[in-house]
Amino acid sequence: MTYEESPVSLAEAPTRRLNMIEAINDALDIMMERDPNVVVMGEDVGYFGGVFRATAGLQKKYGKTRVFDTPISECGIIGVAVGMGAYGLRPVPEIQFADYIYPGLDQLVSEAARLRYRSAGEFVAPMTVRSPFGGGIFGGQTHSQSPEALFTHVAGLKTVVPSNPHDAKGLLIAAIEDNDPVIFFEPKRIYNGPFNGYYDKPVEPWSKHADSAVPEGYYSIPLGKARIVRPGNAFTVLAYGTMVHVAAAVCAEKGVDAEIIDLRTLVPLDIETVEKSVEKTGKCLIVHEATRTSGYGAELSALVQERCFYHLEAPIERVTGFDTPYPHSLEWAYFPGPVRIGEAIDRLTKA
Amino acid sequence: MSGGTNGGMRSNMPALSLHVPEPKFRPGDAVDYSHLEIPTAGAQARPDEQCAASETQGLCFDLVRVLGDDHRAVGPWDPKLEAETLRRMLRTMALTRAFDDRMYRGQRQGKTSFYMKCTGEEATSVAPAMALATDDMVFPSYRQQGILISRGYPIVEMINQIYSNRADKLKGRQLPIMYSAREASFFTISGNLATQYPQAVGWAMASAIKGDTRIAATWIGEGSTAEGDFHSAMTFATVYNAPVIFNVVNNQWAISSFSGFAGAERTTFAARAIGYGMAGLRVDGNDPLAVYAATKWAADRARSNAGPTLIEHFTYRAEGHSTSDDPGQYRSAHEREEWPLGDPINRLKQHLITLGEWSEEQHAAMDRELMEMVKAATKEAEKNGILGHGLHHPFHTMFEDVFEDLPWHLQEQSEQAIHERRVKWPEWKEA
Repeated sequence: MTYEESPVSLAEAPTRRLNMIEAINDALDIMMERDPNVVVMGEDVGYFGGVFRATAGLQKKYGKTRVFDTPISECGIIGVAVGMGAYGLRPVPEIQFADYIYPGLDQLVSEAARLRYRSAGEFVAPMTVRSPFGGGIFGGQTHSQSPEALFTHVAGLKTVVPSNPHDAKGLLIAAIEDNDPVIFFEPKRIYNGPFNGYYDKPVEPWSKHADSAVPEGYYSIPLGKARIVRPGNAFTVLAYGTMVHVAAAVCAEKGVDAEIIDLRTLVPLDIETVEKSVEKTGKCLIVHEATRTSGYGAELSALVQERCFYHLEAPIERVTGFDTPYPHSLEWAYFPGPVRIGEAIDRLTKA
Repeated sequence: MSGGTNGGMRSNMPALSLHVPEPKFRPGDAVDYSHLEIPTAGAQARPDEQCAASETQGLCFDLVRVLGDDHRAVGPWDPKLEAETLRRMLRTMALTRAFDDRMYRGQRQGKTSFYMKCTGEEATSVAPAMALATDDMVFPSYRQQGILISRGYPIVEMINQIYSNRADKLKGRQLPIMYSAREASFFTISGNLATQYPQAVGWAMASAIKGDTRIAATWIGEGSTAEGDFHSAMTFATVYNAPVIFNVVNNQWAISSFSGFAGAERTTFAARAIGYGMAGLRVDGNDPLAVYAATKWAADRARSNAGPTLIEHFTYRAEGHSTSDDPGQYRSAHEREEWPLGDPINRLKQHLITLGEWSEEQHAAMDRELMEMVKAATKEAEKNGILGHGLHHPFHTMFEDVFEDLPWHLQEQSEQAIHERRVKWPEWKEA
């Protein structure tokens, strides 16, 4: 696997096998070491190290005034992060589950996202809001949501979704260094292994996956730069997070020569990579786990139609979760798995 | 830098420092609770139910206690319950604990995805449920299974919900223990924290608008009082003098965060009432008689249009937050054994024995009977399936109740889901 955008030095850097959690922890560690203005906060992130262990060991290393637990108030967590940013800190708040981010929405949407604009650059909100998201863990409707489209719709917020340990580290470092507010959604189903959608098959650990080779030390992956996971000619797949792995597995199973693009950043979107690919393949499959109506796939579909219409040889396909709350017992009936994706691939192939 | 890091430092002034709360004990530490002030049982005054809210200010910092160290019920808060009622209370708490133990084991055996016990906190739901009228509306958090059990809700139905099986009345949609039971006047539980607080106020306001006699009661953990919903609820309740009881179950821990992260280092949770001009009571949450008496007081107050009450139940979360939690990572295991307020079931049991109304033999026999009862209910529920073994609700039910009517897009998606099932399992037949 190659990283076209990576400098030669990064490709040659010594690597370690890490899972997503370890890679995120590594990124936080490195940024806290490099920049004394970085502070980490959230429910259970301090002594305990987070319910998913993403902040394990950080309080011990950097002290309680840089890594601390917070009251259970998402509004408060985001609000104080805005204030800390106004002072000049670079806060990295964690919202324990994306499903719980809504009490913080006013502070995100009306405040963090608009601070730069309304003060003409006097005040900025250089925060990175980390939050586990997505389903596939039998978390029911309050531990499974993928609310990325609520945030991509807001002017002034950047939205990032990594799909593997290598990217998670580089993207998180870039997000923390970014002077604008970044929503960093971590697909929790792939924290410990690259889930490919075949839920009845044994779970694979990250250590067997090429992208768990995480370079040591500091590196960043620029926001707004997609990655071609697999070059191909039959059609273009636009995906992010868990669904990159699911889409890739279904394409492999079907033996189709798809060009799979991991968007990595939803806003700003790497439109150039998308356009170039669709112009080459003439077909496009969009996959996300979130609900369908007004989902980010609708934006992608509109962009591809607007900008690549004369190259398209088939209607754009959109495979998503259903427009229901995330159900508990019927989780796998909800999840956009191999059958739903496979049928969309068949339609594209026949077109 | 917009604010200017270090920009404001003046050499002749002391440097500011950030206070980050720290619990007294961490894993491995010896535990000493001598710093906790535990007032003598029976020593707390009991004002009239219709008193001015300000008359309860002292009780916001005290601890209403009825059961003394000698296991006798003393003082003005003694609800003077009949022995039969006390035995029913004991039995309900013991059933709640037996149920928790069985369901916890079921989760560990892979029969469901998740469970939450209320061990040590049984009094904070069972006693209030008994002090309220059965049609008073409750808006619980996620650790009040004792209310449903008190109200006689069938435990088989609770297990069906926990297993997300074909008989689950919530159609397998909700995480285990997120019950809903309208016939038991029990509001649907949300996984999101504190949202039920303003909702309880709204129900109480509606009851007042309609000239009804029913009141509302709601529960929250001390950690969740930090959410804005808590404060909105308190404001609305006092503005409209709503007939509602606010229960704060202060079990000391919110997952790994001790109560200091909700403000407990500065004041009590009952004292939150003072700023809003609301009546407040701080109660020994492991004393079922004190909890009963406090709830009765607040219910009578609300029912006589004298206003809302905030009750802090001072208790201890004896087990982990949930089956997903490992409390050994962040707190001392000795806390549970050293907890100075004892165990609510044991305290009521000793009280009944002291009264000559109960015996160790009777108690052991009851525990055996309850264990068998829960076991039988579990077997009954398992006939309807356990999580992930195919005996779930039909696929089309996933699309129902999103709206009252099924719009075209959900109709299409429902057909797609059923089509996918046929592809995956061609042999499948809907029962």
